[in-house]
Amino acid sequence: MKPTDIAAPDYFHKVVDCQWACPAHTPVPEYIRLIAQGRYSDAYMINWKSNVFPGILGRTCDRPCEPACRRGRVEETPVAICRLKRVAADFKDDIKQRLPRPATKNGKRVAFVGGGPASLTVARDLAPLGYHCTVFDADPEAGGMMRTQIPKFRLPNSVIDEETGYILGLGVDFRGGHRIESMKSLLAENYDAIFVGSGAPRGRELDIPGRKEAAGNIHIGIEWLASVSFGHIDKIGKRVIVLGGGNTAMDCCRTARRLGGEDVKVVVRSGFEEMKASPWEKEDALHEDIPILNFMVPVGFVHAGGKLTGITFQKVKAEYDAKGRRNLVPSGEPDQTIACDDVLVAVGQENAFPWIEQDCGIEFDKWHMPKVDPKTFVSTNPKVFFGGDAAFGPKNIIWAVSHGHDAALSIHKMLSGEDITDRPLPDVQVSSQKMGIHEWSYDNDISIDKRYKVPHRDKVIALKDIRTEVELGYDVKLALGEAERCLNCDVQTVFSTSLCIECDACADICPMDCITFTGNGEEGDLRQRLKAPSLHPDQDLYVSTDLKTGRVMVKDEDVCLHCGLCAERCPTGAWDMQKYLIEMTHAGSACPTKSRSAA
Amino acid sequence: MTYIAKPKFHHPSLKKNELGYTHRDYEGKISTLCAGCGHDSITASIIEACYELSIEPHRVAKISGIGCSSKTPDYFLGNSHGFNSVHGRMPSVLTGANLANRDLIYLGVSGDGDSASIGFGQFAHSIRRGVNMTYIVENNGVYGLTKGQFSATADRGSKSKKGVTNTDNAIDLVAIALQLGATFVARSFSGDKTQLVPLIAAAIRHKGASFIDVISPCIAFNNHAGSTKSFDYVREHNDAVNRLDVLVGRDPIAVDYAPGTVQMVEQHDGSKIALRKIDADYDPHDRLGAQTFLARHAAKGQIVTGLLYVDPDAEDLHEHLNTVETPLNTLEADTLCPGSAVLDKFNASVR
Repeated sequence: MKPTDIAAPDYFHKVVDCQWACPAHTPVPEYIRLIAQGRYSDAYMINWKSNVFPGILGRTCDRPCEPACRRGRVEETPVAICRLKRVAADFKDDIKQRLPRPATKNGKRVAFVGGGPASLTVARDLAPLGYHCTVFDADPEAGGMMRTQIPKFRLPNSVIDEETGYILGLGVDFRGGHRIESMKSLLAENYDAIFVGSGAPRGRELDIPGRKEAAGNIHIGIEWLASVSFGHIDKIGKRVIVLGGGNTAMDCCRTARRLGGEDVKVVVRSGFEEMKASPWEKEDALHEDIPILNFMVPVGFVHAGGKLTGITFQKVKAEYDAKGRRNLVPSGEPDQTIACDDVLVAVGQENAFPWIEQDCGIEFDKWHMPKVDPKTFVSTNPKVFFGGDAAFGPKNIIWAVSHGHDAALSIHKMLSGEDITDRPLPDVQVSSQKMGIHEWSYDNDISIDKRYKVPHRDKVIALKDIRTEVELGYDVKLALGEAERCLNCDVQTVFSTSLCIECDACADICPMDCITFTGNGEEGDLRQRLKAPSLHPDQDLYVSTDLKTGRVMVKDEDVCLHCGLCAERCPTGAWDMQKYLIEMTHAGSACPTKSRSAA
Repeated sequence: MTYIAKPKFHHPSLKKNELGYTHRDYEGKISTLCAGCGHDSITASIIEACYELSIEPHRVAKISGIGCSSKTPDYFLGNSHGFNSVHGRMPSVLTGANLANRDLIYLGVSGDGDSASIGFGQFAHSIRRGVNMTYIVENNGVYGLTKGQFSATADRGSKSKKGVTNTDNAIDLVAIALQLGATFVARSFSGDKTQLVPLIAAAIRHKGASFIDVISPCIAFNNHAGSTKSFDYVREHNDAVNRLDVLVGRDPIAVDYAPGTVQMVEQHDGSKIALRKIDADYDPHDRLGAQTFLARHAAKGQIVTGLLYVDPDAEDLHEHLNTVETPLNTLEADTLCPGSAVLDKFNASVR
């Protein structure tokens, strides 16, 4: 194998699995260390810069970071990254002084369609640069789906108010209750740029027999959640069936339990394991006595006298074809009818752009989605950008944030007369963490604690009030314990061939048998000759240049604990522990900043 | 030294031996020796050998004297018996323990100061008595704990870290062990685990006095130009006569070496050593030949490593003394003291 080029920004970035997996590339270990030190405000600001909504995401994020977390490959469970983010938000001091000041306007005007996470991220990045940002939303308050679709018992209004407030406080002009009905007339207002962050606002229909006849008791999940959120709906029948297996379905069933639903069931087509909902959301639903029935396909609504009485399901089983694709085929068991008073349909979301006219220069593809460049987020109209669910269909908040940052950079470059396809590299800093002979600036003693549970409110109390937050969040002590579980994967093991005397001390001490000294070879061959089996080929091998004996040092990054013992036992300093900090390029930071990071 | 304990986590797919232990289960406390010390590699090799042999840790007694090397038993086999004795007195403590309980596996760990100077006599007598043990000398040629004076194994003409030339002749412990009748004699290098691990395993399985001299560079005081016990010097002058694999209770491995290059040695306990010859003319059953070979190569400045001599049918001290099979420490009082009638009968027989 060729020697590893550790100067390439991506190499060490991939080692920080959580940060690599995060669409916004939040420097996770960096803020977790700050939480451990009790520097909650500093931890919050790192998040605020990177993912804009730390308090909101700390409660609702889809957490792509956690399945990626190295800790999950070392023991059973990853670090509770998401809930630690909430800790930063919960315990921070007043951070208003740290926010950017409203800037002197530069005369350029940007319009935003929709006031959800994508639009607000773009506005957050552009407003401090002097752009006049005008955000239009049909709802009276900012937040979009974060406010309308996520139940208050998971995400209180106070958190949304606070974090949308930080952005609107940058001098953003928010026009609530103003639905954009025509792209053409918006274009006619001569904005310098338009960002469409209108989400995926339409709940998918379930067109099966009885849908029309029993319509009074059949509700579309996201619309129903929004109505609950605004207080238009405050009760539901005693027996409720929720159709669908995503996170919206989990929100629907738990909301139904709080509005009078006593016998609430979730019924899904797939198997329980393959459900789209996050495992922790399924767990929360089960905890609230909501059974989840699987392998049942709804075939008809049963009704009598214009009133819904139940749903008939066909029982299916999963079969896999030669290519490993799953097909649901009838199992042959008799159909089952489950009685109910109300149904919530949460079988997916769709985009809808009825307000974008055919002739305004925005082309759509055959799936009726706008043609959007995945890097710059520009549409076929060079002044119109898309982001969040509006760009590529339903995803989640953190993806919307990531799109927002990239779109903001494009808009800034375009309005500065630069080429928007030229994307500046991220700012990368690598610095040694050595403080003394065997002292490091980070805590390298590995905690063997298991993942700490987030305390929940008592179920009886939680189910009584739809606005009572269920999760209480970690207290300071639990947060410290959980923070200590982080392996500090951003503190990298850096090897210098010229200093190595091949004494084997690092290979001997490594608790995970990551390090091997052997003859070089092709990657497949090298992976066979490691001290411990290579379990994940997607995890890189760090290969040195040739050593004096002709061998090379090979380190399997897979399960390295970043404990620094290799560097402690190295007599010549050939190993060093160096913190790798990568800051993604946002609008206005096109040139790498010279700012120093907190060590 | 390192302040943190070695993390308990281990690689998720570590192999387990017949007892269900991983090699991590054979570790001791974290080393307090200088970073990069050759002794730590010997520690790792002992751990690996015991793991591979599926040795029950409670069947091992590790006994040492004083010095950097003699600290190391704290760093391996944390669940074994141990005795850190007086300077140079490891051999007699080990002999005593062995006489009391012949059932344990005895690991004597010593250094060049401990065995070639203050304990030279002890070393000599334990070898010539044929105590059933594995005697490992972690040989770095300097007194590291007292900041780098020459030890008795430092080669004449080699230089200290400060540039002083050694004018005394060196003691070659391997040559002495051969002369005194050790029945398993080997030399190896801490920087070559592929050679060292099977040597330790074979020595543990050997019945009789096994002696391994392991050259182990002292990073702090003896790893400079002018030293003959530095990583670079040993790597340049290492003349390995053979490599070996130890086979215990497993199916014979398909040996794919060229015919005549592999010699199978069956030890007393049925374990086999597959010796891959590097020097075709070297015969590890020829004590005299080995002595000559060593002397000739030493004169050329070469360091001969490998299994230098083995007598697979060796006897040990217990056989010489004709002791009972039962360990003496488990004999009950009525066996040890059968009563006056037996004494009278015995006295009558010698009148």
